[in-house]
Amino acid sequence: MIEPNRKGDVWVFAEQEDESLSDVSLELCGKARELADRLGVKAGAVLPGWNVRELSYRLIAHGADKVYFVHDTRLEHYRTLPYARVMCELIGRHKPQIVLYGATPLGRDLAPRVASEMRAGMTADCTDLQIGDYEDTKAGVTHRDLLLQVRPAFGGNIIATIINHDRWPQMATVREGVMALGSGDPRRSGEIIEEKVAFTDFDLAMRLIERHREPRKVNLKAARTIVTGGGGVGSKENFKLIHNLAAAVGGVVGASRAAVDSGFIGKEHQVGQTGTTVRPALYIACGVSGAVQHRAGMEESAKIIAINWDREAPIFSVAHYGIVGDINKVIPMMIRAIKERV
Amino acid sequence: MGYHSIVCVKQVPDTANVTAEAMKENGTVNRAALPAIFNPEDLHALEAALDVRDRFGGTVTALTMGPLNACEVLRECLSRGADRAILITDRRAAGSDTLATGYILSQAVRKLATYDLVFCGRQAIDGDTAQVGPQMAEKLGIPQVTYFERFVELTDSTARVRRNVGNGWEVLETRLPALLTVLDIANLPRPAAARRVMRQKRARGRDEVSREINAQMPDATDALKEAELQRRTLALQVRGLLIETWNLDDLEADLQWCGLAGSPTKVHRIQSIVLTKEGHTEIPPNEEGVRRMIHELIVDHTLG
Repeated sequence: MIEPNRKGDVWVFAEQEDESLSDVSLELCGKARELADRLGVKAGAVLPGWNVRELSYRLIAHGADKVYFVHDTRLEHYRTLPYARVMCELIGRHKPQIVLYGATPLGRDLAPRVASEMRAGMTADCTDLQIGDYEDTKAGVTHRDLLLQVRPAFGGNIIATIINHDRWPQMATVREGVMALGSGDPRRSGEIIEEKVAFTDFDLAMRLIERHREPRKVNLKAARTIVTGGGGVGSKENFKLIHNLAAAVGGVVGASRAAVDSGFIGKEHQVGQTGTTVRPALYIACGVSGAVQHRAGMEESAKIIAINWDREAPIFSVAHYGIVGDINKVIPMMIRAIKERV
Repeated sequence: MGYHSIVCVKQVPDTANVTAEAMKENGTVNRAALPAIFNPEDLHALEAALDVRDRFGGTVTALTMGPLNACEVLRECLSRGADRAILITDRRAAGSDTLATGYILSQAVRKLATYDLVFCGRQAIDGDTAQVGPQMAEKLGIPQVTYFERFVELTDSTARVRRNVGNGWEVLETRLPALLTVLDIANLPRPAAARRVMRQKRARGRDEVSREINAQMPDATDALKEAELQRRTLALQVRGLLIETWNLDDLEADLQWCGLAGSPTKVHRIQSIVLTKEGHTEIPPNEEGVRRMIHELIVDHTLG
């Protein structure tokens, strides 16, 4: 597939589990809508599963013009090979120019397999997507309207913009929570198209023997207020301070990677590039130095309070309120102030 | 009996402290400017392979692609117990993206021919893409199981694998051969045994030997150097200390799919992260200051 294709639609892989769509799929429908409008094409979603046709309406409400659904018992639970077969088959049939996936464990398993089979370019964990031109000065050619795939790289120390100008489709996984999740417009209309895909023996070479899901105990993404403790909290015992402040403001406890690596709290609390990306109304960072990987996961928060004894800590660069001081003194003051007011 | 495992490892720059000076102008990384380490999750992949061999018998072959210095991670593999180590090194492989890398590694696995299990770390800390494993599996035409935690069962022709998918786990049964990407929670990598370290620190790749000869006998004729190279590599081989070196021709790789030519992704631009000092309201660390801030947050409905 060497001939690039610049006329096709913009697609989203619609990830669902137990007949429930992942938020990131809906976030991507909104983004696909925007990219498709910019390119003057349609936004499509591919929805493999079993008994999932109903979910098409939500995809349409969030921006899809067309939903290609594949209804097959063998697609009830995700397995790499049959899902990859569905994607490769439908990409071949309908020739989208862009295909987006959520950078979830599932998306990160599926997308590279599909990219390899299609011999397509693939960028993982994008934090932004744009349409733009690329001037190949060596060849003296300008490639118009490419997908600019923006991602942190090299441990988050640089932001790279990646393009694929000589293959198609242009593919990317996108981090959960970085694109805004709109409320969806139930009046939007779209086309729902059933597709059939045949599987080979090899596609079915893997069997799901046992499956166990735990409801997410910590819901950082939905939290209105997050109180995060970093390495500066000092100990697991002292992390109680963070829990107390979170309780006082009615928020959820977050943690930096340093706090998680030091064993102060579980990984499910981690905010940042390798944890969860959040954008709450209020983010309170306590004893967090603010490594770029952490800031990348929280800087979109509406209001940020940073408390750190080190005036030079990078966290202050994204803060709205900065308190240079000892969290052991400042947090109790905050709890008292809140109890006085509320 | 037993399983023939191949472990793919990578030497990576330690990305914890990277400065803009570590970047070349074309947007690629100047690896020489950073300390090089064994990619952390690859140690867990190696451990998973060694564990299979210890329990069921078989062999462990470590494979890496990179410059000559990447022999360092292969010596580490040998010190920890790998039976065989292979370096894929070729200038024409430079600039490979994940697809091209997956292709080249898959060619090396094909050349090894007999294998049951291929282990990779989940992802490498320089790119964090987690793509090479699945792309290799696709190129080999074998199933992949990502996020490996442990084997529930291994038979001659199948494996039951428990994988962790973040919000839970599942057990998959796959036929062999299969490729597994290993999580850091899967195991505790064994330390290198002192006896093996002493022995394996003398392990060398052919080009390393050549470099040493050039340094030690700068005035010797080429023929003499070549003879010395033959003698030393043979000696290493006899003692099981030769790191095999393969290039793209040895792999019968299609050059169209290697290096920059074989890489559909191109770096368009690179920005170093710069702190944006937009300025914030500094609150003094006292009761009065904190109270004023909380008041403001309640007034603008951020709180309450």
